[in-house]
Order: sequence, then structure tokens, then C-alpha cells
Amino acid sequence: MIRLGIDVGGTNTDAVLVDDTKVLHAVKTATTQDVGDGIVTVLGRLVKESAVDPGRIDAVMIGTTHFTNAVVQRRHVAKIAAVRVGLPAAATLPPFVDWPADLRTLSQGPTFMIHGGHEVDGLPLAPFDRAAMKDAAKKIRDAGVEAVGICAVFSPLTYAAEQEAAEILEATIPGISITQSHELGRIGLLARENVTLLNAALVGLARRTAEGFVRALAESGIKAPLYITQNDGTVSLADQAARFPVHCFASGPTNSLRGAAYLSGLKDAMVVDVGGTTSDVGCLRHGFPREANNNVEVGGVRTAFRMPDLLSIGLGGGTLVDPKDPAKIGPVSVGYQLTERGLVFGGAELTCTDIAVAAGLIDLGDRGRVARLDKGFVAAALDRCHAMLAESVDRMKTEAGDVPLIAVGGGCFLVPATMEGVSEVVHVPHQGVANAVGAAIAQVSGEVDQVFQGLKREEALERARKLAAERAVRAGASRVSLAVVEQEDIPLSYLPGNSLRVRVRVVGDIASIEVAGRL
Amino acid sequence: MPAAPKRITLDDLEAFAIGAWILGTGGGGDPYFSLLEARQHWGAGKSVELIDPLSLGDDDAICCIGQMGAPIAMQEKMVDGPLISRTITMMEEHIGKKFKAIMMWEVGGNNGFQPFLAGAILGLPVVDCDAMGRAFPQADMTTFAIRDLPAYPWTMIDIRNNSVIITSAVDWSWMERMTRKVCTVWGSLAATCKAPRNGREVKESSCLNTATKAIRIGRTVQAARRAHTDPIEAVVKSEHGLLVFRGKVTDVMRRATEGWLRGTVVIEGLDGNRGQTFRVDFQNEWSVGWQDDEVRVTVPDLICIMDTVSGEAVGTETVRYGQRVTVIALPAPAILMSPKGLKHVGPRAFGYDLDFKSIFPESVR
Repeated sequence: MIRLGIDVGGTNTDAVLVDDTKVLHAVKTATTQDVGDGIVTVLGRLVKESAVDPGRIDAVMIGTTHFTNAVVQRRHVAKIAAVRVGLPAAATLPPFVDWPADLRTLSQGPTFMIHGGHEVDGLPLAPFDRAAMKDAAKKIRDAGVEAVGICAVFSPLTYAAEQEAAEILEATIPGISITQSHELGRIGLLARENVTLLNAALVGLARRTAEGFVRALAESGIKAPLYITQNDGTVSLADQAARFPVHCFASGPTNSLRGAAYLSGLKDAMVVDVGGTTSDVGCLRHGFPREANNNVEVGGVRTAFRMPDLLSIGLGGGTLVDPKDPAKIGPVSVGYQLTERGLVFGGAELTCTDIAVAAGLIDLGDRGRVARLDKGFVAAALDRCHAMLAESVDRMKTEAGDVPLIAVGGGCFLVPATMEGVSEVVHVPHQGVANAVGAAIAQVSGEVDQVFQGLKREEALERARKLAAERAVRAGASRVSLAVVEQEDIPLSYLPGNSLRVRVRVVGDIASIEVAGRL
Repeated sequence: MPAAPKRITLDDLEAFAIGAWILGTGGGGDPYFSLLEARQHWGAGKSVELIDPLSLGDDDAICCIGQMGAPIAMQEKMVDGPLISRTITMMEEHIGKKFKAIMMWEVGGNNGFQPFLAGAILGLPVVDCDAMGRAFPQADMTTFAIRDLPAYPWTMIDIRNNSVIITSAVDWSWMERMTRKVCTVWGSLAATCKAPRNGREVKESSCLNTATKAIRIGRTVQAARRAHTDPIEAVVKSEHGLLVFRGKVTDVMRRATEGWLRGTVVIEGLDGNRGQTFRVDFQNEWSVGWQDDEVRVTVPDLICIMDTVSGEAVGTETVRYGQRVTVIALPAPAILMSPKGLKHVGPRAFGYDLDFKSIFPESVR
């Protein structure tokens, strides 16, 4: 099975061809204004250089930071309507309540709070107010927004109220894009609602982006199904992903972590991804990134996303070094202008890359231009880089013993050969395009996060595992490859009937092409 | 001399949220929702005055309020200042008397916030005290229960405007059992106004100055963060606490028994504790901690588990596998450590066949 992995980053668009056992070929190009153009370029080179027939490619996986960037940079975010079904609960904290003012101005359209929703035990919280919902639907239609986010109280346990609201909206405004919160989030109304509204605001961009991907693949003669990579190192089919762009927010760092796992063959390790501007340190557990558990903010909005637990510091190949003080490094970087502004490239700025060239770690540009640098200064600056990376790795470590550290990214020459608490620093071929490799080898997952009542613990876990497995298969996983990667159960205090909140995640390899759907 | 009344600013409340979450000792709920609502009230020009309990007249009527129920219900239905305010007016109608001020039932977590929301809405001051000095899982684990003050009357209300007034209860544990049933029927969340107190009872039988304490702890954390120093060490130093253990969570076992969230967290040592293991039991709040199988710290000493990196408090429902945490202990109010106090909140009240021995030397207490 040949897979094509593509990473569309802010600076570079990388593509790799991977068969079952190895990387066949890799290409790095610059990202373009229209991301589709960059993909056409990178695929043209890949096909030509590797001599692989595009028709032999079985699956395409694309990872992109496009949607995160849209929120962070406040661009391409649509104005949307919000419907919360849950009165008389939570009336004092309406939708968008904790959003930054600028993003709120950009995205908040007509906003409604309606009576309805459910209690934790599944009983109705209040009768669903159909008349109010019909009235809201008319006002949303008249406002002319392109998308709506619906969130009902306790919808992760009982989602009937969200469906009823969606039906009324569809009947009133045929074809309007609707995001329902139970499809996206866990218990925790405000964070789930925020995710739902962010998703609704990005759905249009996601659809256009996915269409651009599809067009680029078609132009390149590739007919394989298209998958988009997600926060948790798995993929969904492009049509599914286009409905849930928020699931792709952290796919960039996730892919580099997963790519590092694949390239090194290690399943439990620390990973440092040294780019041009930052170094990101993460942790692999069972071949997947360890997730952050706390409330994660995206562009200032509090969410409850599944995101890799990541520590970013301002240290990369383009990071500036103070010519007077080798201990003063960063956080400013020359970024994509490294090849113009760096000393070895004929520029006037002293960067970490120049230090590495002077120290003989790499051979880049004109080495003669850094020959006059004081040896003691170079050694001290390099020591400082090493110390910064070592401190980050130590902060992220969760194992008491020594663990391996995989170095990836274009600036990985800054990673020292040894580090305290690290058993071995691992360098691998293709480490510079680890994120595209990570996209190519992504899996599909199914998740359950639900309260079970009146069951023995083992019965509840078994039921959750089965549900998660069905969801994974529906998302495109092959049944024989399924494996449980996460299982957590929490008995709920104060609740009747031996209540157990169970969270299970099942992943599997992508099934054969004929099973998979298409955009 | 009682301290002069102090006008509470939003800035004070941001600090209070941090400190109250730490004093919650794992329970009491995340104060985030209440902080959001408070921002609205203060943004609209409302505020409250914090008054010294010692300034109360002996006959002043004081109400004690708090939410009761399951944290999961609060995560979805959130909290509502107007609702908790109605429990107060209900009680005023029932007893035929107006309240002079509001006090916290428990300072810990989200519950410490309730009087500030109600105070802003009703225009009543908040008394700088509470009935626990921390958070505990039951109504019979309070200073008022320790002093055998009456447990009734009690008003409670849900979001639909269902309400109950309990006009009498034999003792605090009966009140706990009755109200817990009602709360569960309502969807495991109820706003409550507990038995009213007079000024003399408050002065004699509550934990004094606990709101000020929570704000002070929050400010300590904020200052440490600004200075990029360790907020946990700063809290330990300023509150005369003890740094008990530092490590990584390697096991979280949670189970429901007798209607409570009980369980055990195992922490493997790091730094100075490398090679050692710390185990801590909880019943909604952290209750007993063992280091390498020796009892190290128990209720009512405050056992606080904090995220080592962020310095934020960690709840018993949210502590997770792999988390780097620091266990600290803070001294408990003296009333909780009296022989009668220990009957209500000592290790035996939580089902442990253990005598209470404070982790703090006598001289510190």
C-alpha cells in the first residue's frame, strides 16, 4: 500500500511517498497563497523524481495548520448564528461569553437561548420550546448567516434536543451548515459550545480548502481517497474532516511527533522538533502523542480539545544570537528569511544556524563568513542552545528513568548528542519532513465519552469499547487492526445507579480503498 | 478592633478564584463560571463590601449559602447568581427577618464565590468567614455542626423554581441525608441557604478571615508567576505550609462507594523525592496521604495537590495520569483540630482507623 503524506505548513509544503515499510521519496517546497497551487507543485516534483505512477497511490493524507491560523490571525472566520438549548439553566452565561472581543465581533451573529435540554440522568431539563426555536430559525434565515452552532445541556449524554433544533433549522433554511455540539465535545457546556461555535465559523473555509485539495489531487492524476489528519494523530475522510475543522487544529505538531515515531521505530520516547523559529517538545506514548488534559485555548477561546501536550520555546535555526552575549539567544527569529539574513548566507545577522556552521555541526552556505567568530563564544552559544533544549525536555518528561529523544525538523542539528535523563538522542533519515511522514502513516479512531448507569464496571467498559470500535470502523478503520489506546473510567459521585463515566479511544489502520468514501 | 469594611474589586476576585481553588483541597469545583458571572456584575458597576465578622452585632442575622450536588451537573448547568440569591429571599420570607450580610458555607473552590455573586445582586455585604476553612464533602463537617448549633431551617431551590424548605432536622447528618435526596431528584444540583446564624454564633463558631486568606493566596500565586518564580513554594512560604511531596502521577483509581467519589492517587517521586512513593486517598476532597506506606498527612490538615508547572490547584475529578504534581499541606483552623472537631472532620469521620496527628509541629499551630 503506497500512501502520500502532505504537510501544508505556514512556510513549507512537504510531500512524502511511504509504502508499508519505508519512505520512498520526499520533497520540500514553499507554501503558496492558494494552498492548492503549492500542492500541485510539490506533487509534480514528487511524481517526476520518484517515478511512481500516481495511479498506484492508495491513499492521500493531508495535514494542515490552515484552520488554526485562521482563528489565530482572525482571517476567513465567518459570522455565524448560535443556538443554546438549556434554559432555564445557565442564563447568566450566554454563548460567546468568554471570547476575546475582536473574535467575537467578527463571528457572533444572531444568538438565542431556548428552553429544553436534558439532565444528567436523561430526564428532560425543561420541555423543548418549539415555538421559540421556529422564531429563532426565521431570524437566522433573515440575517443571512451561512452557518449555525447548536449546543444543548447534557447533549453528550442525550442529544435529542440538538437534533430537534437542527430539524427546525433545516426546514426553515434548507442547506444551511449546522454544527451540533454532541458530535464534537465532552461534558462541560461552555468549552463544548465554544468548540461548536468555532467549528461553525470555520466550516465554510474548511469546505473550500478541502475542495482545493481535491482539485489539486485531480490535476496531479491522483484518484486515491483523501484523508485529513487530526489533533490526535488519526485521520478522517476529507468530507467528514471538512465538517469538523476544529479537529485539525493541532495536526501539525501531532504529525511531526507521529512521524518521529515511525522513522525511528520507537513507540515511547520524547521528541524535539526544531524548526526555524521554535522548538516543540512532546512525548510519545504507545506511538501516539501524549495529550494535554487542561483547558486549551485557541486564539484566546477556551476549548476542551484533544491536543498534544507540547512545550514550545523560541529556539530554531533562524533564532538570533546576541553577538555580545552568547547566553542571550532568541526569542526573535529571522524565520523564512534565514537564507537572506543569516551570516553564512551573506547576511548580517548572527543566527543559531551560523553558530552550528562555525562549530562544524553542519555545512551550509559560506563557512568562511563565520571563521572569525571566537571559538569560546561559539562554544558558549551552543552550550546555551543545548541547555535550553535540555530544560524543555526535562520539563516534559514523565518517566523517572532515562528515555530516548528523537530529533526532527530542519534545525535538529542544534540538539546535543547527549542529555541528562535521555538514554540516546536519535537522528533518522528524512527527519526534516517528519510531519509529512506523520500525515502519511496516520490512523483512524473512534471515541466514546459517556456515562453508563446500572452496569458492572467491566460491562460498561466492554460496551464503551464496542461503541468506540464501531465509530472507528464508520470513520474508515479496518476491523482487524483495531486496538484500544486509551481507557479511563470515573465513577460519578452523588449520582444514582452506580454511574460510571467511561472514556475509550480505539484506533486502527485505514481500511481498503473500496470501503472508504469520497469527498 | 474590627477591620474596616473593604470594597471588593474584580481584581480581588481574580485572585480569590485562584486561592479558593487551592483551599478546596481537591473539591469545591472550578471557580471559572462564577468568575465569569462576577465579571458581568462588576462590569455593570456592582460590587460587594467584605466585612470583618468581629464588626457584627450579636443579633445580626447572617445567611450561609452554597451550591450542593455533583460537579458534573455544574459543568453543564453552570451556576447562577440570581438563583442562589432566591434561596436567601426565600429564607428571609420564611423566618420573617432581613439578613444583614452573607457568609460562605465553604471557602473552597466555586462555592466560596456564591456570596459574592448574591451580594452583588442583592446589595448585601459578605462576611469574611466560612464554616469549614476549606472544603468538605458533607454538611455535618462544618464548624457549626462541631458546635452543635441548630441545622435548620434550610431552603433549597433548582433552576426550574422547584423549592423545598426544611423546617426541622434532628441533627446535621439527618439534614445532609434529606437534602442529598432532594438534590439528586433535581438533577444533582441545588442552590441552598443553610441554617441562618446570628452575629454571635458567627463570631464564635466560624473560621474567620477566610475570604481574605483566599485572596492573599491568589495574590501570592500571581506575584510568583509575574516574577517567573515557583508559585507553589511561594504559597508554602507565605501560608506557613509544608512542601510534602513532588512527583508524577502514576495511577488514578476512582470508585463510587456510599454515594461519594472515593479513590486513590499514586505519585512517584521526583527531585528530592526520587525513589519514594506517595499515595493519597480522597472522598471528594483529599483525605489521607501516605509516604512509602507511612501515614504522612490526614484531614483536617489541608492537603493540596498542585500542578507543578502551572501552580494551579488540581481537583479530585481532574487529576490525571502522567501529571507532574506537588503535594503541599496547609494548617487547618484550630476548631477543626479540637477533640469535638476531630469527631466531625478527623480521619475517623472519613472511615479510617487512624488518630489525627498534624503534619505541623505544635509550635506552628
